Amino acid sequence: MSSVYEQLGGEAAINAAVEVFYRKVLGDKYVVRFFEGVDMEKQAGKQKAFLTMVTGGPNNYTGKDMREGHRHLVKMGLDDSHVDHILCHLRSTLAELGVAQNLIDTVISVAESTRADVLDR
Amino acid sequence: MATIRFEGQDYSCAEDEVLLDSLARQGAVLPSACKAGACQTCLTRALKGKPTPVSQQGLKDTLAAQGYFLACLCKPVEDMEIGLASVLSEYSVPLMRKELLNESIIRLRVEKPEGFSYRAGQFVNVRRSDGLSRSYSLASIPSDSYLELHIKRVAEGEMTTWLFDEVAEGDMLSFSGPAGDCFYLAGDLERPLLLAGAGTGLAPLLGIMRDALEQGHRGPIHLFHASLATSGLYLIDELNALAKQHAQLKYTPCVLHGDAPIGGMQGNIIDLPAQVLGTLSGYRIYLCGDPPIVSGLRQKSFMAGAAMQDIYSDPFVFSST
Repeated sequence: MSSVYEQLGGEAAINAAVEVFYRKVLGDKYVVRFFEGVDMEKQAGKQKAFLTMVTGGPNNYTGKDMREGHRHLVKMGLDDSHVDHILCHLRSTLAELGVAQNLIDTVISVAESTRADVLDR
Repeated sequence: MATIRFEGQDYSCAEDEVLLDSLARQGAVLPSACKAGACQTCLTRALKGKPTPVSQQGLKDTLAAQGYFLACLCKPVEDMEIGLASVLSEYSVPLMRKELLNESIIRLRVEKPEGFSYRAGQFVNVRRSDGLSRSYSLASIPSDSYLELHIKRVAEGEMTTWLFDEVAEGDMLSFSGPAGDCFYLAGDLERPLLLAGAGTGLAPLLGIMRDALEQGHRGPIHLFHASLATSGLYLIDELNALAKQHAQLKYTPCVLHGDAPIGGMQGNIIDLPAQVLGTLSGYRIYLCGDPPIVSGLRQKSFMAGAAMQDIYSDPFVFSST
């Protein structure tokens, strides 16, 4: 069976997904403080890599970058509640792009598997 | 099999091998992270030879136009020479004109050197004989016979003190360049443009705007130029005159404090464009000036509907000395 990444339409679709996803995240007052002063273009690159990975596209995910990249945010108070918000935005992004419920569940379970790395525990 | 020249060394790239891997295999490790074409950490520039279309997919078109590509996706089909940063040429030319534009900004015009090719909106690095170097954006367009720089005096700034107080018309000025990926691309002549910035961020915006007009841009062009107060604005009459000449051009001077000039607005430049224009979906956007202003404008423009690929920016970096 082909991956969600392929079903969505590959790289171009992920670009579109990043725009939708990033807008939701920046519009969310509960998490936006973690994105202040961040270089939007670099951040979008990272989000693209993340969305590619969780949808089963080509990636070299190790968890190490995720852990190191979020460590300063954990010091700022990043916790499970913020990760929950991000996962909600991911769910609605996928739904907006017409991804079926069972595939959304698959993607979310992959994203869920990065939680420990993100929160450095 | 293609040969890749990098920093004076030749590397062979096997068929069906990406450039990043073949160089790493031979001991030249380029910065990289995702190795899947997403994160753009391995962004590399082709100095000779053509990168493959796949390796430029998803890159900003101004980067692709300058030969940038992703080393993790490029399976070279021909010999190439590559570099991590752009390699810049050095020039030395006489200063033709130096004039004060307002209480703290001067305009310098130097002769355009023979063979100097650039895009309006790019910048050059001005260098003093002792090696002191600072970047300044070009306000001129390629068809001008001169290069124009706008320079704001920085309190106790070594370079600006020298340029303001010592350099005189007729003196030689040295610089290297051009560099920067914030410039107009023909092709979308009907598309609305938003140009926004503060202080001498006007320099590249002016170049981009004149370039767009010269290339026959027909869509609306909105220029927002901001300063703390009216005394910090400059070229107001010239910009109003340009707007009169070109029906599609709208110029809005903006001030944070005090009264705005006629036709201008008072408020925070970060909020004003989206406030005035409503949705920015479909716009091509150019942002120049202090990093906090550029980054704020970028976020607001994106949230107002602009696509990330359509936002070009040139945040100025200030040195403390």
